[in-house]
Amino acid sequence: MTTESAPAPKSGVAEDVQQGPRVAVSALITNLREYGLILALIAIMVFFQFTTSGTLFKPVNLSNLVQQNSFIIVMALGMLLVIVSGHIDLSVGSVAGFIGALAAMMMVIWPLGPFSNPLVVSIICLIIGGGIGAAQGYWIAYHRIPSFIVTLAGMLIFRGICQALLGGGSSVGPLPDGFKALSSGFIPDVIGPLTLIPPTVNAAGKTIIGSGLTLHMTTILIGVVAVLAYAYFGLKARRTREQHGYEAEPFTLFVVKTLVTSALALFLVYQFATYKGLPIVLMVMGVLIALFVFVTKRMTIGRRIYAMGGNAKAAQLSGIKTERLTLMVFVNMGVLSALGGLIIAARLGQAVPAAGLGSELDVIAAVFIGGASAMGGVGQVIGAVVGGFIMGVMNNGMSIMGVNVDWQQVVKGLVLLGAVVFDVYNKNKG
Amino acid sequence: MASTILEMRDITKTFPGVKALSNVNLSVEEGEIHAVVGENGAGKSTLMKVLSGVYASGTYDGAIVYRGEECHFKGIHDSEHKGIVIIHQELALVPMLSIAENIFLGNEHARFGIIDWNANETRTSALLKKVGLKEDPKTLITNIGVGKQQLVEIAKALSKEVKLLILDEPTASLSEKDSQALLDLLLEFKRQGITSILISHKLNEVNRVADKVTIIRDGRTIETLAKKDISEDRIITSMVGRSLDDRYPPREPKIGEIVLQVKDWSVYHPIHAERQVIKGIDINVRKGEVVGIAGLMGAGRTEFAMSLFGRSYGRRITGEVLLKGKPIDVSSVSKAVEHGIAYVTEDRKTYGLNLIDHIKHNITLANLPGVSRHAVIDDLRELAVANDYKAKTNIRSSSVYQMTGNLSGGNQQKVVLSKWLFANPEVLILDEPTRGIDVGAKYEIYTIIARLASEGKAIVVISSEMPELLGITDRIYVMNEGRIVGEMPAADASQEKIMRAIVRGEGKAS
Repeated sequence: MTTESAPAPKSGVAEDVQQGPRVAVSALITNLREYGLILALIAIMVFFQFTTSGTLFKPVNLSNLVQQNSFIIVMALGMLLVIVSGHIDLSVGSVAGFIGALAAMMMVIWPLGPFSNPLVVSIICLIIGGGIGAAQGYWIAYHRIPSFIVTLAGMLIFRGICQALLGGGSSVGPLPDGFKALSSGFIPDVIGPLTLIPPTVNAAGKTIIGSGLTLHMTTILIGVVAVLAYAYFGLKARRTREQHGYEAEPFTLFVVKTLVTSALALFLVYQFATYKGLPIVLMVMGVLIALFVFVTKRMTIGRRIYAMGGNAKAAQLSGIKTERLTLMVFVNMGVLSALGGLIIAARLGQAVPAAGLGSELDVIAAVFIGGASAMGGVGQVIGAVVGGFIMGVMNNGMSIMGVNVDWQQVVKGLVLLGAVVFDVYNKNKG
Repeated sequence: MASTILEMRDITKTFPGVKALSNVNLSVEEGEIHAVVGENGAGKSTLMKVLSGVYASGTYDGAIVYRGEECHFKGIHDSEHKGIVIIHQELALVPMLSIAENIFLGNEHARFGIIDWNANETRTSALLKKVGLKEDPKTLITNIGVGKQQLVEIAKALSKEVKLLILDEPTASLSEKDSQALLDLLLEFKRQGITSILISHKLNEVNRVADKVTIIRDGRTIETLAKKDISEDRIITSMVGRSLDDRYPPREPKIGEIVLQVKDWSVYHPIHAERQVIKGIDINVRKGEVVGIAGLMGAGRTEFAMSLFGRSYGRRITGEVLLKGKPIDVSSVSKAVEHGIAYVTEDRKTYGLNLIDHIKHNITLANLPGVSRHAVIDDLRELAVANDYKAKTNIRSSSVYQMTGNLSGGNQQKVVLSKWLFANPEVLILDEPTRGIDVGAKYEIYTIIARLASEGKAIVVISSEMPELLGITDRIYVMNEGRIVGEMPAADASQEKIMRAIVRGEGKAS
């Protein structure tokens, strides 16, 4: 009994160092899911690059891809938190449709004077989105009505209001150009374009040498700065972890990961730069992704959401106000659904009764493909974003290939099932 | 002369690290009521699981001889087929199905899969008559009380043509009246020739109905008493008579002023609104003092602690909580934590840990502001805190990045303890802090408790293991049926005294 009760004093840090290599291997295995997902995205992109004879990566198509799918990714950010906290939101597509209709009515039909300014309308719409989230979240958080039911009701209610607002089957538009810029605009080139190898034109007016490519330099600058910042902060965080005797990831893995991600990002940035530059909506999305990564990884509220999803009772007994937190998660979802609705309306240039119809399923699929658990407590922002892009690239690629919309759904369904089966299989094996 | 219906010979059952049963012998005669008594964790339930085939033949040593033949039950179906039916403490009824549906669940009168409801309900009525339950067979289980549910369980057992009925703490959650009715029913069955094994620690009940009593302690049979030898004193002595060796770290208590005082604390059941669970409790804890709350399962100790901790249990909570003489508001968990109260749950997996997250995140969860600035978590500070507590409480894991779900019970308990230590409480309520953990880890937990007390924390330990309370506390409250029925300095206390307070207190309950 005395031997059992007197264990050798051992500091935790020393143990970590001793078991370094083993930790590294296990880290590789646990991160396999994350890397696997990015590799899957790249593989899918390469696949469609071939099957569409190079159309996928054409600058104009990349812009289209972003503009068509950004609303899925924006809503997936909110959905990730909803699913991590152990809930689901089926109403996002209908809320997006409703907000789009509301925005169109405010800007085009209703005589609101200065309040029909696109910026003012957008802000009001985001607030209303938050209010819708609060209304649904209230029943879920404080009356413990299953989120599936509350948001199923919301899905019906807001689709109905959307259609009623637009007066049956008609659409409302055209929306002001200033508003449409949210989806179809590009960032202005404050630096000015750069022409690569200025074309030499012969007497007949034919180009005999030079690509004639002009680059959107602001885009290039933003891309390079972002990539450098990514590499710098990655390295800095790594250094501090090393100094404190903890580093799970092998250095080679870190370098490869950083290089591949940077190269991919720079390639995409270059492609955008040869066209009209970065789409505004991509910038909005980028800022939101960075914000949500920060909130989930570094902020107390993010941590609490994961704890609540992992074990709500334990979280509550740890002093976390789980009701209020659930409410906030749904308010956030409502705001992002509203933003999604604005992006859809801006892209179409008008509000239509079917805007966002069925998109809740794409959003939820993106989050699950990204590795979130239906039981709550597990899921990453980056995973959901990559999942969203996988869905987007497949939509876009199959459309270019001329695959029938019906069969597109079949393929997307199979990919969703495959991703989750792979995930579960991986977990059981580990 | 009655014949022996069941004989269990030299039953030994080992779990990883723990010998739950060692050479237990039990001999039951046809037509008798045989009581099996012992402390919580003595091995009673394990023995019954061996008998009913929950632990399949081959996972234990020893022999079961039932009606003259040696049996090797592979599962509960095998034993039920032979007429051995066990009724567990937690009832296994489906709440939203009717009585009839429950009784014949998996055993319906049916032809080609089509249920003959008339036959089922006719037979149910007959069975309900036998157990004296006047309810329509169509009534949903959720609409009848626990006492009646217990009777439905028994009727279900009768439907399987039971020869040997095993009841595991059948009266634990029943009122006095329902308990009496149930015991009468057992006596009635005895007249009809059904043999019963009654597991209980309510000695007055055992006294009333049992023909024989077998006492189990620490996984061993102590003795079997015949009717004429049964007395409460004798049973108590056998139940608890174990020597206390150096299983507890030495400590010199330095006890200061009163830190926490609870006055006239009453709580009602969260669902059965008319049932009062806690009935006017007054306790106090001093600085540097370790106070124990003794009692049997179902005495209301956990309910008391949880209701105190941010109203995490119960409804219509009344009473006053004073911290160092000043009344404090503990109406939510966060308020209780702010006032320096921490509660370490008895059920670490359900209420204590996020099992799908790692040690580091679990340790800081109750005090995230302690590792963050402007709501942004400082990763390195958090890591330092986690490693610090990992060392302090001696959590054995490869790193603080190990999932808590993969840790052993003892290490999980240390993570939960670390979480609350990092919240820096003044009063620490520990609910069954050593349940389900091995002896070595227990000693470590006791050492931590002793150290915290010497640092001036006020500590409340709820435990069903009396030797543990005697070994580590300074003062002991005895609780029974929602009341404090005794208070004694640990130095004067003994297991007999505690058990007496419980047993005597039982009669006092109005």
